[in-house]
Amino acid sequence: MNIAVCVKQIPDPATPYELDDENHWIIRPEDQVLDDTDRSGVEVALQLAEATEGTVTLYSMSPSGTLQGIRQALAMGADAAVLIDDPALKGADALTTARVLAAAMQQEGFDLVIAGTESTDGYSGIMPQMMSEILDVPCLSFARKVDAGDGSVTIERQTSDGFDVVEAPIPALITVTAGIEPRYPTFKGIMQAKSKPVTTLTSADLGITNTVHQVIRSVEPVAARTAGEIIEDDGEAYLRIIEVLEQAKVV
Amino acid sequence: MSIWVFSEETNGLPSGGSLELITKARTLGEVAVFYLGAGSDAAWATLGDHGAGSVHHLDTGDVLPSGPAAAAMAELVSDATAVFFGMGNTDRDVAGRLAARLGRAAVSNGLDVSMDGTVTVASEILGGTLEVITEVTAESPAIVVMRPKAFAAEPNGGAAPVVYAVPLVDVGRAGAATVTERHVEESEGPALGEANVIVSGGRGLGSADKFAMMDELAGLLGAAVGGTRAVVDAGWVPYSYQVGQTGKTVKPSVYIACGISGAMQHVVGMKGSSTIIAINKDPDAPIFALSDLGVVGDVHKVVPQLIDALKARA
Repeated sequence: MNIAVCVKQIPDPATPYELDDENHWIIRPEDQVLDDTDRSGVEVALQLAEATEGTVTLYSMSPSGTLQGIRQALAMGADAAVLIDDPALKGADALTTARVLAAAMQQEGFDLVIAGTESTDGYSGIMPQMMSEILDVPCLSFARKVDAGDGSVTIERQTSDGFDVVEAPIPALITVTAGIEPRYPTFKGIMQAKSKPVTTLTSADLGITNTVHQVIRSVEPVAARTAGEIIEDDGEAYLRIIEVLEQAKVV
Repeated sequence: MSIWVFSEETNGLPSGGSLELITKARTLGEVAVFYLGAGSDAAWATLGDHGAGSVHHLDTGDVLPSGPAAAAMAELVSDATAVFFGMGNTDRDVAGRLAARLGRAAVSNGLDVSMDGTVTVASEILGGTLEVITEVTAESPAIVVMRPKAFAAEPNGGAAPVVYAVPLVDVGRAGAATVTERHVEESEGPALGEANVIVSGGRGLGSADKFAMMDELAGLLGAAVGGTRAVVDAGWVPYSYQVGQTGKTVKPSVYIACGISGAMQHVVGMKGSSTIIAINKDPDAPIFALSDLGVVGDVHKVVPQLIDALKARA
């Protein structure tokens, strides 16, 4: 099975990102990291590839030239990466991103596409669904468990009050929750990642232009909640909690 | 102006989130609803009572709905100014497919929307510290995905809507997924979205069995139990417990965060609570920055003391 996995390189979430003054786009540092939620997608892809003697190819749109996050995913065991690296794609919205990634996958070929449910930096949470429409495949979303069958895939899909079992023939697209524990890269994996093939494409190679569908007009600070009383537990902090519960009239 | 609202059936009635969106939409124009589910007279009455003028009803049965629903909606909404979706999983699936099918903008995480010549959407980023105003510049309809509880659902005594049946057409590969089993994971006590008090646990609890302590505290307070994405992902509690960006948005009178650090994706789901009490052993935990009462201490000591004291009062 030829498995395509969407991965995103993002600013380190430990340091809040900043926006540029002109377009209000996220300022992307040189040393972006692999979005943690993508590790589960890579893990699922590796398990399915192992079960079906398949291959795992990473796809990422990353206009900043950094490769650190891609290498992290290659070190987990992915076979190759396709990076769409083009300054013309700066500020691309979810639909343009979906068009770019889908076009690259159509060009390279795929049986199954795997993505996270949403990125940690932009979290629009609709890009994979857009890809599924462009690729004309079913979207098996919010999977907490994935199994490959003979020419088909089965997932457990999270619902608001439980889960559904959903089955589809391939080709298909699956979005996975972060519940699937990813493996750690081995030393050997980290060394091998340095020599794995990374194909770089531009939007022109794919025949996609960065169409603007929406514009950010303003970004303003929100009046934040302020911290109230902070106490160190001296063995009687629970009494203060009860006082606050009484003030709120819930006890 | 015509505005469409997507509504997925939940326990036999329109989802609560869709009623919030219909309430907002009726202040902006004529409201048409795309309803996904079995449907019933009670469902139509509820939609009408919130301001829906017409309902277009599709039942996909055991076919995973996003492919056929997006294809059907694309035919219906071409003259609309905007199409509203909630943040539910199926909402997001249909919204994304519809936007791609129509080649239109889709703005996610909306907290407010206005239609004064153009469609603009307010949202928040970085854990709700910055407000972003996005203007849709593409042709209509604008597709807007709104966060739960952005608006309050309020009936306006509207008449029963006109209901049109939407046929389930074969959309080929995009409709090739089938739901083969449905499982409901029961939880006790009040529903998370409606609870007046919420007791919520994070990684700091240490292990799944410590949620027994959350259940006990919740029982004494008549509270619902919630959790962070981390504990849901770890399998300690079901997804229905999740509070935050990808889970539920809650606004109770009191939110008690136990062993929760306060990651941005959690905070966006609970920062609207009236009173926030946090217990965490790390004095630098971000949750303390928005707590009315922050206790720097061990949840495994403070919570049992609290439980004993509440029992003694009962």
